[in-house]
Amino acid sequence: MDLQLLTYIVVGITFALYIGIAFWARAHSTSEFYAAGRGIHPIANGMATAADWMSAASFISMAGLIAFNGYGASVFLMGWTGGYVLLALLLAPYLRKFGKFTVPEFIGDRFYSKTARIVAVICLILASITYVIGQMKGIGVAFSRFLETGYDTGLYIGMGIVFIYSVLGGMKGITYTQIAQYVVLIFAYTVPAVFISLHLTDNPIPQLGLIDNMSGSATPMLDKLDQVVTDLGFKQYTTQVMGNTLNMFVYTLTLMIGTAGLPHVIIRFFTVPRVKDARSSAGWALVFIAILYTTAPAVGSMARLNLMNTIQVGEVGSPDGNLAYADRPQWFKNWEATGLLQYEDKNGDGRIQYYNDKNPAFAEKARAWGWKGNEMVKVDRDIMVLANPEIAKLPDWVIALVVAGGLAAALSTAAGLLLAIASSISHDLVKGMIHPNISERAELLTSRLTMTGAILLAGYLGLHPPDFAAGTVAIAFGLAAASIFPALMMGIFHKRMNRAGAIWGMIAGIGITLLYVFQHKGIMFVPGTSFLGDMKPNWFFGISPNAFGAVGALINFAVAIAVSRMTTPPPEHIQHLVEHIRVPSGATGPTGH
Amino acid sequence: MDTQAQDYWRANLRLVTVLLTIWFICSYLFGILLVDQLNAIKVGGAGLGFWFAQQGSIYTFLVLIFIYVIRMNALDKKFGVHED
Repeated sequence: MDLQLLTYIVVGITFALYIGIAFWARAHSTSEFYAAGRGIHPIANGMATAADWMSAASFISMAGLIAFNGYGASVFLMGWTGGYVLLALLLAPYLRKFGKFTVPEFIGDRFYSKTARIVAVICLILASITYVIGQMKGIGVAFSRFLETGYDTGLYIGMGIVFIYSVLGGMKGITYTQIAQYVVLIFAYTVPAVFISLHLTDNPIPQLGLIDNMSGSATPMLDKLDQVVTDLGFKQYTTQVMGNTLNMFVYTLTLMIGTAGLPHVIIRFFTVPRVKDARSSAGWALVFIAILYTTAPAVGSMARLNLMNTIQVGEVGSPDGNLAYADRPQWFKNWEATGLLQYEDKNGDGRIQYYNDKNPAFAEKARAWGWKGNEMVKVDRDIMVLANPEIAKLPDWVIALVVAGGLAAALSTAAGLLLAIASSISHDLVKGMIHPNISERAELLTSRLTMTGAILLAGYLGLHPPDFAAGTVAIAFGLAAASIFPALMMGIFHKRMNRAGAIWGMIAGIGITLLYVFQHKGIMFVPGTSFLGDMKPNWFFGISPNAFGAVGALINFAVAIAVSRMTTPPPEHIQHLVEHIRVPSGATGPTGH
Repeated sequence: MDTQAQDYWRANLRLVTVLLTIWFICSYLFGILLVDQLNAIKVGGAGLGFWFAQQGSIYTFLVLIFIYVIRMNALDKKFGVHED
């Protein structure tokens, strides 16, 4: 059976499973649509949260970034897991005790202000839309490979699938389908990792293979990799940093606090029965996330090693040391068809020279061998995970499984985010402010229309994404970090925080972050609208736009505290509300009506 | 806030402070600021700093959350603020 057919079958079976579950658990009331009643066990909730959380950025994009950034990509590994500690210790139990449906609802009530609620809705929509753009990039990559079409066509088809999938279901449909998706995606991620780890290091556990020796040799795999990449002028894998140490510090912090400020994750903790369960749900979610996140460094490093060895078949600099283009493997041809991998024979020798021509000393040496520049003119980082099993020559069913896993990751997160966007528009904006007497049917209709609009907008922006999937998603985290997290945290831990402080803090935090991101990446990421260009010399202390959210959050805290000192303290009943949410006893179910 | 609730809140803050200090040490300190120094020590084929940045910090985060869950459940009981 050929790979294409096998991929169709595996993807088809998994989709039939998700749609079957979504149909079986179809939402009938608004309470079910948003929060799945409250009957979800912490382990099940943790697994669904993990699927919701691990998007195309984690599944498709992250290991590719690790492969090419080595140690520098640790910001993603620490940033996207460490946030769960903040979530569990600082937010989840209190938000559950508060017992409402949405994040803006909490902000509106705690800061006794409709304005605060609207500001929160806007921040949340900006962050979520950016996040969905990142997913669309991942979905586009996966579908373009799966259907062997260009990236744009892949993206349009992906939009159609997301539409059918998320607009019909609701939170409950999503919770159960996400459990199924978690199983598919973790299986798809770990199986090839085990095979590759066994092949390279004889160690079946990728986490241990990472630190093990190459099979049949006393050289550690990481040392071998360091040597292979530095031989071609690239930076040493285990020590290369992303920007500088300050950038790495701030980047990690941004991703961590962004995790604790993203609405589609927080909303999960409204759906557990008790405050106690909100705490352990965060822990279970991290257990399921950590399985993938501790495997990713092995996947990234081993994929890089295999890729380099595929192209540089012999000694560096020897006439036949490089793979002849005519002998390129099938996976190479397949990815060329999507436009995400491009080769250009600069020196006309019919062989592939893949090296770092930006390294002056090495480029000099390469010229002596007759190399005229790096000929792998485009290697989109986002193809690495999907190409990885093919590069390692694994059986076809593994490759088909990885495609299905990538689609599961992208779809589950896109659906969760779209739900968060829909609920903030229909529940917070329309029902909460414009039209309080709206019927349940009309509210559901509004959310479905909102989702449709969000898919179209994100799809359009996804045609020219600002970065690789993980980079785009990082920007979304920056926006959430700068706006939502500080407001929530001060709402719980700073009783004196008042309306004016919270509102001005959120505006200042997201304002400065947006300004910094847009001036480098374009207004709403539309190409050609960046007014400083995406240039490193213009970065503030070398902090990249993707990493700037933590600075925005600091400004948010500072402005909020200063403003609240100068204005009247919150009224008595609000101070009681804060005391009430600080203790678990007396918790009731979410009441949003 | 009555004294009972105040004591509960203070115990909670103390616990959170300790756990977040460890959170900071295993990621920002070991994984980023002190990475070069720690890389002199090897865990298998990797430097310790590199290992903390890509593996160890994640395992520590997990342990921290479960310690928090266990300790908070105990505090809830001790101060009589647990649910049902």
